[in-house]
Amino acid sequence: MTINPELPIQFSRTHRLQWEEAQQKDVILYPEGMVELNQSSAEILKLCDGTRNLAQIVSELEQKFTTSGLTNDITAFLEVAIQNGWINQN
Amino acid sequence: MAGLTKTNATPPRWLLAELTYACPLQCPYCANPIDYAKHQDELDTEDWKRVLTQARKMGAVQLGFSGGEPLTRKDLTELVKHARDLGYYSNLITSGYGLTEEKIIQLKEAGLDHIQVSIQASTQELNDHIAGTASFEHKKEVAHLVKKHGYPMVLCVVIHRENIHQMAEILAMAEELGADYLELANTQYYGWAHANRDLLLPTKEQFEQAEAIAQAFKEKVAGKMKIYYVVPDFYEDRPKACMNGWGTTFLTIAPDGVALPCHSARELPGLDCPNVKDRSIEEIWNESKAFNFFRGVEWMKEPCRSCDEKEKDFGGCHCQAYLLTGDMYNADPVCSKSPDHDVIQQAIDSAARSALLANEKPLIFRNSKNSRLLAKH
Repeated sequence: MTINPELPIQFSRTHRLQWEEAQQKDVILYPEGMVELNQSSAEILKLCDGTRNLAQIVSELEQKFTTSGLTNDITAFLEVAIQNGWINQN
Repeated sequence: MAGLTKTNATPPRWLLAELTYACPLQCPYCANPIDYAKHQDELDTEDWKRVLTQARKMGAVQLGFSGGEPLTRKDLTELVKHARDLGYYSNLITSGYGLTEEKIIQLKEAGLDHIQVSIQASTQELNDHIAGTASFEHKKEVAHLVKKHGYPMVLCVVIHRENIHQMAEILAMAEELGADYLELANTQYYGWAHANRDLLLPTKEQFEQAEAIAQAFKEKVAGKMKIYYVVPDFYEDRPKACMNGWGTTFLTIAPDGVALPCHSARELPGLDCPNVKDRSIEEIWNESKAFNFFRGVEWMKEPCRSCDEKEKDFGGCHCQAYLLTGDMYNADPVCSKSPDHDVIQQAIDSAARSALLANEKPLIFRNSKNSRLLAKH
């Protein structure tokens, strides 16, 4: 399973992304499990709302952090995310 | 004595709320204590809400509603709603018995995140025999409804000698039901399973054959279904890192409000497990004797004390050490470094002999009558 650059990306409906005050970090919650996220991973996942495709997510984050050249890092993370079922495209 | 050296306790992440010991099923490997019938008092709704609030404040985020059968509690939906408001990820761990579509919808609206349905075997005859209750067709129906209403569907099958030969059929059933996760839990021998061990423990050959089938299936369904495989620790040579370390991650609250560092810890002597009716979760977690008992490594005897793997498995399981060696401070005898390791082979041999007997004694089913009988001994 790989990212289709054309299609919008959506966070999985059977996982939950939320801020954990006690841990001071965002986490992904799923049946009997939890993944702790670093800030950049959380920023990427928050944009996976079913309206943006890969290029739009990259451009939005590059703008937000006034930087460029994020395509490879973001693509690599989203590949991991889709393989883990955290996001999907359909 | 252990527990005098207090280490910096990490906050709880996992709260197991055992709402009740009442259960319509009678599974002979139940993890509830043998003497559960003695503990009839149940916390009321306000007690549970307070427990959920206090544990959440400390950082607990995964919440299991368990039992017994949690569906027998009339306030389940109210508790689910309270948990959702607090930001928990709520797991309902159920036999599915008595679960209707209306209730599934109601729980979803209240904010339940997932439902784990247990099935005892791949055939009606064996499922209903193990469960002690006719429940197979209804469980399959519940699995469909869970899926239909958008929950991630987790199927849990406890594996033992009576059903291990059905591994291939169990996997096919999970696929047919559209499980998102399949928990294949090799029986852990505590509570009722300990009492029935001679009848439940498979041979090494049976384990290896079943594991090979499960492994091949895991590769086949990769990306579609996740498999949680609970290893049969009697056939390992190192113990499990029980509870991820005592008092580091897991908090269990029994139906009567007793707080336990693991759901079997009630069987251990001298812990003086505190009750949530008397003390706050924070006091219990940080200050109580029970939760500090096996924290860190100071309590260890040899061979654990000088072992270079002690930070990896924390000496294994104290309940297992107690049940099999009579001393909860001993290394888990599953470990090949344990001087008591031969008790594991004795248990395996004893179960193998039992399997060959023409007049094998019957399984002791988990019910209140048997609980009262066994608790007398």
